[in-house]
Amino acid sequence: MDLSYTEQELAFREDVRDFLAEHLDPQVSQKVRTGRELTKAEMEGWHATLHARGWLAQNWPKSHGGAEWTAVQRFIYEEEAARASAPRIVPFGLSMLAPVLMEFGSKEQQDRWLPRILSGEDWWCQGYSEPGAGSDLASLKTRAVRDGDHYVVNGQKTWTTLGQFANMIFCLVRTDTECKPQEGISFLLIDMDTPGVEVRPIVLLDGTPEVNEVWLTDVRVPVENLVGEENKGWTYAKYLLTHERTNIAGVGFCQAGLDALKRLARTANHNGRPLSENPLFAARIAQVEIELMALATSNLRILAAAGAGRAPGVEASMLKVKGTDIRQAINDLARRAVGPYAMPFASEDVEGSNAPLPDPLNAGAVTKAYLNNRKISIFGGANEVQKNIIAKTALGGRG
Amino acid sequence: MNFDLSDERQMLSDTLRRFLADKYSSTLRNEVLSDPAGLSREIWSQLAELGVIGALFDEAQGGFGGAGGDIAVVFEELGRAGVVEPVLDTAVLAGGIIADLGNADQQALVEQIIAGELHVALAHGEPEARYDLPYVTCRAAEDAEGIRLEGRKAVVVNAEASEYLIVSAREAGGLRDWEGISLFLVPRDTAGLVLQGYALASRGRAAEVVLDGVTLTPEMRLGTAGQGGDALTKAMARSAVAQMAETLGAMHTACEMTQDYLMTRRQFGKPLGSFQALQHRVAEMLIEMEQARSATINALGHLDGPDRDRQISAAKALMGQIGKRIAEESIQMHGGIAMTQEYDLAHFAKRIIMGDHRFGDSDYHLERFIDLSAA
Repeated sequence: MDLSYTEQELAFREDVRDFLAEHLDPQVSQKVRTGRELTKAEMEGWHATLHARGWLAQNWPKSHGGAEWTAVQRFIYEEEAARASAPRIVPFGLSMLAPVLMEFGSKEQQDRWLPRILSGEDWWCQGYSEPGAGSDLASLKTRAVRDGDHYVVNGQKTWTTLGQFANMIFCLVRTDTECKPQEGISFLLIDMDTPGVEVRPIVLLDGTPEVNEVWLTDVRVPVENLVGEENKGWTYAKYLLTHERTNIAGVGFCQAGLDALKRLARTANHNGRPLSENPLFAARIAQVEIELMALATSNLRILAAAGAGRAPGVEASMLKVKGTDIRQAINDLARRAVGPYAMPFASEDVEGSNAPLPDPLNAGAVTKAYLNNRKISIFGGANEVQKNIIAKTALGGRG
Repeated sequence: MNFDLSDERQMLSDTLRRFLADKYSSTLRNEVLSDPAGLSREIWSQLAELGVIGALFDEAQGGFGGAGGDIAVVFEELGRAGVVEPVLDTAVLAGGIIADLGNADQQALVEQIIAGELHVALAHGEPEARYDLPYVTCRAAEDAEGIRLEGRKAVVVNAEASEYLIVSAREAGGLRDWEGISLFLVPRDTAGLVLQGYALASRGRAAEVVLDGVTLTPEMRLGTAGQGGDALTKAMARSAVAQMAETLGAMHTACEMTQDYLMTRRQFGKPLGSFQALQHRVAEMLIEMEQARSATINALGHLDGPDRDRQISAAKALMGQIGKRIAEESIQMHGGIAMTQEYDLAHFAKRIIMGDHRFGDSDYHLERFIDLSAA
């Protein structure tokens, strides 16, 4: 047992810090720090910057152009990137689709799609959830019927994050209706420029058009876009979800949020003194900080045990539940810290036009983050589903 | 002891509920929310005709109610239907202060408010004040030319649609002294009064207000110079009751929507409501709802008594905690659909959460309860 970093790890942290100091555009980090939405170009720009340094595909093997970082390296990057308010890495191509292609895709598919993920030529989005298939994903109904060299796809996907920016979507589709729900699902790659693909924005409760409905009407998809075998898609989907979970605890997000919360509490007035000096509020901040310190170690411990690039099992569900709880608690405290300034819809509104009246605490974005992050305990397998997984593992066969 | 509504209040409650069920659809609410005015003048007139505003003032003030029980009945219905219009701000908050302190001329404004012809907003909070009530840095200085106001006010709800603002400003005393705070009626078109408006997260609009050399005649002062503190505290107490009742109504709707959804939405081949883990959470929400109702009753029942502020703080501290739980649980048990702006629950959840940011949040009232209990 040794909690200290090795010489190499410390040197790596210095590298990451220097890199961020040199390459992170201050205007972009300011937007991240204050919870404003990034443009597509800003997100792509950050990917390109990381790619130039060889740090974009952090958990990919070197043979595919990845950085092949250890769990500790990934954690160090995450921590430093959060501290510096770097944009998040958009995960859909890099850490969701890519591991599936590496494990189950053909050589042709790997050679075709992986380099385009790295270069940013393709922006992928995820076609999993449907209006009738949320927690119960296996009940999905989007149909793909073979017609010569194509599949013809009909159905509707929903909650497609940043689908408005994507040119490619990986979809779970039903190719067999005569078997158990899990056994008739296939994994298809669909070009969003194909006729019959329609993206409709969904405005979330915080006002952001972040997710979309994707309607598929007689969409013809070449059979070479089938990943692996027909009707084996559920296996690949589960594999993808476990990889999605390597960053599932969101420790970096939590740390960035905690730093921002502390800044707010030092600025906000409470009966003539900084709010950070108020024992009640200070205790609330301390409570989440203590939880986060333990979570950071759980995260490292669990990822290290799973091995480099591999995904943990039931512990991932634990990390998701605890990580989202902590992050939501931090968002909640930030909203409370700013008092009545939590009420404006978005700080952009206050700062608009000539901006003679700055919102002193930049609070609009705080409420937006609070509202928006109610989603994190719902998506990627709702926390109730995660608890079912944990309970099934703990009690299965003994009930 | 009797917890039944009087016949008059029951009738008001029934009438208002029928009117809102008939008129106040989601479509109408969404129109009002996206309207730059932040309210519907038509609905406002109809509410006034129904006597909704008159019920918030006593007979001496030209109304026919004005007690805690009247406030609670009206606002529970407004909250249940998700009414966006600023009844609280114009009638209870600003109207209450004018009724409390106004001279005969100023009282005429109350008649106009009751008739639905006038909006007034309270401009009291300041950018640095957070929930600290006596934190007033705005200055009022009187000389031969009149009274000059200088300073800034924050998050003034419904300022743009109001014909008058009631502005608090300091004529004496130090930063956090109660003594020395005066209240002034300022017509919105007064030179030197600058508003910068914005939409609120849950309903309506508010504005940042700059007072840059606003000059008033002494008749525009409400009550005695430097003695506005008591009226402010009283208006805040009455408004807190209104806010709690509104939140109670909104929580009722959120719970009902959640129960309906759990029995309708099917996953894994059965209704979500058949999962025991969710059943227990619904049960806990309903238990908390009863606590919330009793807390509101405690507050309204002490509105005119000596223990008013401690009771208000106890209730508001609890309501903030329960509101957060019910809003968050309703969203979580709905799942993704509740994250969308067009789904009604999102509106109710935001109102419940934002209700905690008005008139002191749950932590503010927890500490105030401790202070007042020790006193």
